Amino acid sequence: MNAETGIGASVLRKEDARFITGKGQYTDDISVFGQTHCVFVRSPHARAKINSINTDAAMAVDGVIRVFTGSELVEDGIGDLPCGWVVTSKDGSPMIAPPHPPIATAVVNYVGEPYAFVVAETLQAARDGAEAVEADFEILEAVVETATASSSAQIHENAPNNQAYDWELGDKEATDAAFANADHVTTLDITNNRLIPNAIEPRAALGSFDAASSTYTLYTTSQNPHVERVVLALFVNVAPEANLRVISPDVGGGFGSKIFVYAEETAVIWASAKVGRPIKWRADRTESFLADAHGRDHVTKAELALSSDGEMLGLRVKTIANMGAYLSTFSSSVPTYLYGTLMAGQYKTPAIYVETQAVFTNTAPVDAYRGAGRPEATYVVERVVETAARELNMDPVELRRKNFIPPDAFPYQTPVALEYDTGNYGASMSMALDLADSDGYAARKATSEANGKLRGRGYSCYIEACGIAPSQLVISLGAGVGLFESAEVRVDVSGSVTVMTGSHSHGQGHETTFAQLVSDRLGIPFESVNVIHGDTGRSDYGLGTYGSRSIAVGGSAIDRALDKIIAKGKKIAAHMFETTDDQVEFAEGQFSYAGSNEPKPFAEIAGAAYIPAVYPLDELEPGLSEKAFYDPQNFTYPAGSYVCEVEIDPSTGVTEIQKFVAVDDFGNVINPMIVEGQVHGGLAQGIGQALLEHGIYDADGNLSTGSYMDYAMPRAADLPDFEVDMTSTPCTHNPLGVKGCGEAGAIGSPAAVMNAITDALGVKDVPMPATPHTVWETIQQGA
Amino acid sequence: MEESGEFVIPASPQEVWDALQKPDILKECIDGCEEMTITDDGVFACVVAIKVGPVKARFTGTVSIVEPNPPHSYFLDVSARGGGAGFGSGRAEVKLQEVAEGTCLTYHVKGTIGGKLAQIGTRLFQSFSRKMTRTFFDRFSHRWMG
Repeated sequence: MNAETGIGASVLRKEDARFITGKGQYTDDISVFGQTHCVFVRSPHARAKINSINTDAAMAVDGVIRVFTGSELVEDGIGDLPCGWVVTSKDGSPMIAPPHPPIATAVVNYVGEPYAFVVAETLQAARDGAEAVEADFEILEAVVETATASSSAQIHENAPNNQAYDWELGDKEATDAAFANADHVTTLDITNNRLIPNAIEPRAALGSFDAASSTYTLYTTSQNPHVERVVLALFVNVAPEANLRVISPDVGGGFGSKIFVYAEETAVIWASAKVGRPIKWRADRTESFLADAHGRDHVTKAELALSSDGEMLGLRVKTIANMGAYLSTFSSSVPTYLYGTLMAGQYKTPAIYVETQAVFTNTAPVDAYRGAGRPEATYVVERVVETAARELNMDPVELRRKNFIPPDAFPYQTPVALEYDTGNYGASMSMALDLADSDGYAARKATSEANGKLRGRGYSCYIEACGIAPSQLVISLGAGVGLFESAEVRVDVSGSVTVMTGSHSHGQGHETTFAQLVSDRLGIPFESVNVIHGDTGRSDYGLGTYGSRSIAVGGSAIDRALDKIIAKGKKIAAHMFETTDDQVEFAEGQFSYAGSNEPKPFAEIAGAAYIPAVYPLDELEPGLSEKAFYDPQNFTYPAGSYVCEVEIDPSTGVTEIQKFVAVDDFGNVINPMIVEGQVHGGLAQGIGQALLEHGIYDADGNLSTGSYMDYAMPRAADLPDFEVDMTSTPCTHNPLGVKGCGEAGAIGSPAAVMNAITDALGVKDVPMPATPHTVWETIQQGA
Repeated sequence: MEESGEFVIPASPQEVWDALQKPDILKECIDGCEEMTITDDGVFACVVAIKVGPVKARFTGTVSIVEPNPPHSYFLDVSARGGGAGFGSGRAEVKLQEVAEGTCLTYHVKGTIGGKLAQIGTRLFQSFSRKMTRTFFDRFSHRWMG
């Protein structure tokens, strides 16, 4: 292996040269001949009946080509946007999924929901046309609050009490018994604030129909173009799957918000055939705020039963999850199978019972956002554990250590369905305490006090389930898709390699990480590997990138395809060595045989495969190209220990994070620099949630935080220098021993920050985001 | 959204009442008012160009006088639409009371705004509406001053 570019090397990212020189090709950079422009007409009301839509004035605008309303899609057989995971309620009934037409027809249910769209020669003409569309609405009472949604006006005819489902997990009786025997019960009522994802590149779509071949091509900002294709073909009925090509070129961040199949690309690809010309749409920033799927938005009551000496005996969690107006593509799985299953955390709590009631409101749909369910679960577990330690006058570190699943207990079956394969939580905790200079804390606190400041320290020991996931398991739980990944490794005649992956990179650096994996295993130069992704016309299939699954599932699929390449290479080499393939070794890029002192380099075997002179073609096909579909046996379980120290100015309520230590166990790591970058990004988003970000709807359902004037994103100045390090217990069930790192920072950090703030203030809870105003008010209330 | 205030105008309640019914006077006093007409059934129709933070638009509105009790009080029902910029509606209660300096006009408005105005202008809207009201009464009072 090459120490500079192989597995474990911090290789600079291949893709960055084009990104930082402005050469990236994003959807909006792509233009095609005859292209038109599209603007969506969006509801200004949170909930209203559409009495009529008048498009005459819009059609009269100079440059407008067509104005479409939702009924035209319905008449053409275009189906609803589906939710791909059917969650079953306690009573055995399937969840209620209200009709979700891509373009609203009879009612609108959130501000920003599209009810018409205008196609025009120019963007300006499309905008003018959209302004000229007139609709007569009958305004209805809007439902906005998560906590009271089930007792508010009914939004959907088929969803009484505005309930999508009422789900449970765990053993209720055993948990009740644990509480009955407990010496102490800690209760915590907490909310997980609504977040609005803010990828740097807004969503966009460019759809075109080629009448000559009856094929559609859709360029769009998707994290999973194959899923987009299958949903548009199979459920929305836009086109036969074989006639639809979906390309996700460079995509500028997703964080989950680009997993889903949205109204806009559906409308654009459908209408391209009606108009007979390509149609482009790109969201402006306020559209992104209004119409991208939002994240989080939970109201939770958590109770932890303990013995007097701090042994955790039982955990009871009851959550109301706001789904927004409709069930987005994977929304139903987020507050259930990606949430309730994580309630054991890093602890051996023997009895756990989780209930989640999912409710509809007149707000934008809520779906997966970096971490998806796991940040919410970690927030519950780690806030209640820290609170319990304070109530029992125990060191929160000691309470955790006492309850950690010990390293020799793996594989460990939790009471909430998951079986953890491996981990060493105490090791991460010890490293984090060292890095955080735990021993010097008392002195720092004294210095803060002397300066009139309040200092606090908080911990968070998160676990997550990523590398989603064994197909048959998730399908048995209601998922409508398998969750394997595909890979194709094409060896060229010259020995260079092209890899087609079903994973999609929208900032993660796959072109580099996957090339390191291939070059390391084949012993070929890093520069000789080209990674292709994001095009249904070039790779067989893929489930895409989310849930920190790319290296664990996509990387493992590549690894399996490489096994096949090496196996065939050995067969070819065996003929050249005049031996059998079981006598051939492959290492460091060389095929060798004990009976020969002339090993064959990989490139020579590649050449021999395509210029097949040396082996019988009736026994062995020419060429060297292999595919693999890899289905994981289990989730992977990254875990870590985070320590946060804050200093609060009581006169202003301003919180400054003075120290943030993150120690993660991601198993084996291919590129430590990329992994560290992923942790940094996740921490920034988690700290953003804790201190700054909040998606707020007013009582009428207007989104009050519809721009950067009112929605605070974290900036460099809000964040400390992170201290990031790693421990490693390699994953036991995938060939690379990897776990995934994309979400960890966002999952672990909010609880650490809020535990530090509540410690500094000496209060049980402060709602996120802990803005200076909120913190100052909390101080005043206590004073 | 709720807003209250009072202004003292150096004129009698009857003079104030009469002036408040005249479209040309209203047009002159409302900042950005481009058109103001009164229909046969006593409804004012107006076009007002406004700018709230980043939202700049021409609003078309109607104002109806409800429960007039001249020259003491009335309600105004207001409804305005600014195309893509948003919309607003509300009711204002206006009372005129004779005081030593002339007339004390008190008002109480309850209203809602929606659309782009609500998404990116909420924070700015209250200060905008206060300024617009102050400008109106400054100009209105000025009619009776030096």
